[in-house]
Amino acid sequence: MTAVHARAGADVEATPRAWLDGVNPVTKIVLALLLSVPLLASIDVTSALVAIGLQLACIPLTGLAAMTVLKRMLPILVFAPVAGVSMLLYAEPGGTVYWSFWYATISDDSIALAVAVCLRVLALALPTILLFGRTDPTELADALAQVAKLPSRFVLGVLAGTRTLGLFLDDWRSMGLARRARGVGDTGTIRRFFSMAFVLLVFAVRRGTKLAMAMEARGFGSGIRRTWARPSHLHPRDAVALLGAAAIIAVAIGAAVAAGTFRFVWS
Amino acid sequence: MTATRPARITAAAWGWRYGGRRAPAVRDLTFTIEPGQRVLLLGASGAGKSTLLAGMAGLLGGADEGDEAGTLLVDGERAEAHRGRVGLVLQDPDSGVVLSKVGDDVAFGCENLGVPAAEIPARVAEALEAVGLDVPLARATKALSGGQKQRLALAGVLAMRPGVLLLDEPTANLDPDGVREVRRAVERAVRETGATLVVIEHRTAVWADLMDRVIVVGADGGLLADGSPADVFDRHATDLAAAGVWVPGRPVDLPVLAPAPADAPAAVAASALSISRDGRAIVRAGLDLAVPRGAATVVTGPNGAGKSTLALTLAGLLPEAAGEVLAAPELAGRSGRRPSRWTSRELLTRIGTVFQEPEHQFLASTVRDELAIGPRSRGVDPAATGRIVDELLERLHLAPLAAANPFTLSGGQKRRLSVATVLADAPPVIVLDEPTFGQDRRGWIELVQLLQSEIAAGTTVVAVTHDEDVLRHLGGHRVELGVPVGVGS
Repeated sequence: MTAVHARAGADVEATPRAWLDGVNPVTKIVLALLLSVPLLASIDVTSALVAIGLQLACIPLTGLAAMTVLKRMLPILVFAPVAGVSMLLYAEPGGTVYWSFWYATISDDSIALAVAVCLRVLALALPTILLFGRTDPTELADALAQVAKLPSRFVLGVLAGTRTLGLFLDDWRSMGLARRARGVGDTGTIRRFFSMAFVLLVFAVRRGTKLAMAMEARGFGSGIRRTWARPSHLHPRDAVALLGAAAIIAVAIGAAVAAGTFRFVWS
Repeated sequence: MTATRPARITAAAWGWRYGGRRAPAVRDLTFTIEPGQRVLLLGASGAGKSTLLAGMAGLLGGADEGDEAGTLLVDGERAEAHRGRVGLVLQDPDSGVVLSKVGDDVAFGCENLGVPAAEIPARVAEALEAVGLDVPLARATKALSGGQKQRLALAGVLAMRPGVLLLDEPTANLDPDGVREVRRAVERAVRETGATLVVIEHRTAVWADLMDRVIVVGADGGLLADGSPADVFDRHATDLAAAGVWVPGRPVDLPVLAPAPADAPAAVAASALSISRDGRAIVRAGLDLAVPRGAATVVTGPNGAGKSTLALTLAGLLPEAAGEVLAAPELAGRSGRRPSRWTSRELLTRIGTVFQEPEHQFLASTVRDELAIGPRSRGVDPAATGRIVDELLERLHLAPLAAANPFTLSGGQKRRLSVATVLADAPPVIVLDEPTFGQDRRGWIELVQLLQSEIAAGTTVVAVTHDEDVLRHLGGHRVELGVPVGVGS
């Protein structure tokens, strides 16, 4: 017993626990919804900027390095302007018109809207990255089954299944090399893709059957009431996190209303 | 390790037919395995050994999965009735692992059996101790070696405190170190728990001295032999060898090739070579080696040493991370002598590769079409292709299977087919990655014989293997890769 704790303790020390690590993963899902859904109500620069600013200020709580956040945001940083550009060109013109070609018009209004949309995409993506950047899939599954009361058969089945994804990646790579070795690697990329995808499907079915057997052999789905070696509970900290998220979103929306920039998407 | 009450297994005229199959997988088995007995279960492939084991573990399912005859009982009850009394470890190290962390994976069985959460950590520690797996509980299961994965699977089973341990070829896919680790762990576990043990394994030498009984299942039902190991191996040695079992003290009857002459010109040579699987992480650097023409070169070394990566790089499938691989001048393609620069079609007639997993290289829906792909791709006319295919089908005993789907073949047949697809294009160099993995004695002999005849015909062979006997029979030219220094395994 002591040996186990000593070893478990040694592992925890290797990666220091951040404040957010003590928040239940189910709470994190609620937090993500709380931080993003209200932002969908308005398209304006102020609320998005304030939300982004406050969330970035929370980075120390998440235990993520600023660099890591930046790296994970990279795809979003690249694609947010794409969403912005369509607004820039095709939004309803208003104010000074700077440039016009066919249906595309760049005006004061469209510029404002483009910037707002761009920031909004970032503000919507950021909470997910901050909240789930360090969440362990096993911990999430424990919480979904114990706290959210989802059926444990389903949750654990999915959890065990996702573990095999890495094996499929290896399969895919080997099959690609094997096709080169067999003289069919020069042309027909699309055809090759589908033939490999089909074989992968065969592997998936077979691996699934084996995995189910291995799990059943260890008493999975036996009808005995399952216990949990890793209990997942809600703590006062979860309430604090919820209040904090509510405050962030209230300040963000409040700032927009106060600045007079708040406008409903459908208005 | 806490001692458990060992289980008794009784079979009475037991049989099982899978739904949709005409012939039963197992027929008419009658025996009693006493509590604490250690039984080696043998038989030809297809004799239904694995089905029997799954039946003992209560994993065959109900009447909708197949038809049962007779009875198969654990402690006088059907195995399904008491989950956790029977622990099963499967052949493929990757299929036994359920969760992503070592500690969680061992705890999984206890949780399913409703063991109180407070009791689980002690059970996990005890089980890991019993198999000698001294890694942190949070270690990722995917970072373990094959031998460690099998010991983890064994620990997961032991944590349930079963009365009987069932092992289905637990070491077939492991390197020699892995085999020793697993054998030691099993020995310790049964000694400390006193559990009944049933093992299926072709490589009997690993297990024979741990066992006190051998049961041989007949290919068409019933028991072929049942008795002490010495007695069974003595009286049934010839039958067992014919059934693919490695009988202790009965070496294979194949010639041993002479080593390659020291002055043989190189078919392929590497200089200052760095190899990498994904083009980023370097597995090894600074390799200099030559593969002599018309002889076998065997690459050996522990898991993670980069043997497969080296083989695939020599075969022109993976680009060199640094340095270069050069083929002999007469093999040069349009873009030169570096195999990694050749087109796929140029590679086909120059260097053939047999992959570790035959299924990775299968492309067609019948054995015949599979063999025709290479010749067709290099523009051989249909009549000549037909002749090549017919000859190979005959030579590799695949003719009766010509219309079968490659994916439905047995392990030995798949291996033969994967070698045959390469031979169809008669490349002067053949590279094989672990060709004898998971093969029984028969498959092993067929393969080594085939390679010997190819070498006799002037083909250059590069084989990655853990098997010292393969090395010996192919002439003993070895390239040894040690554990790389300063590179993560």
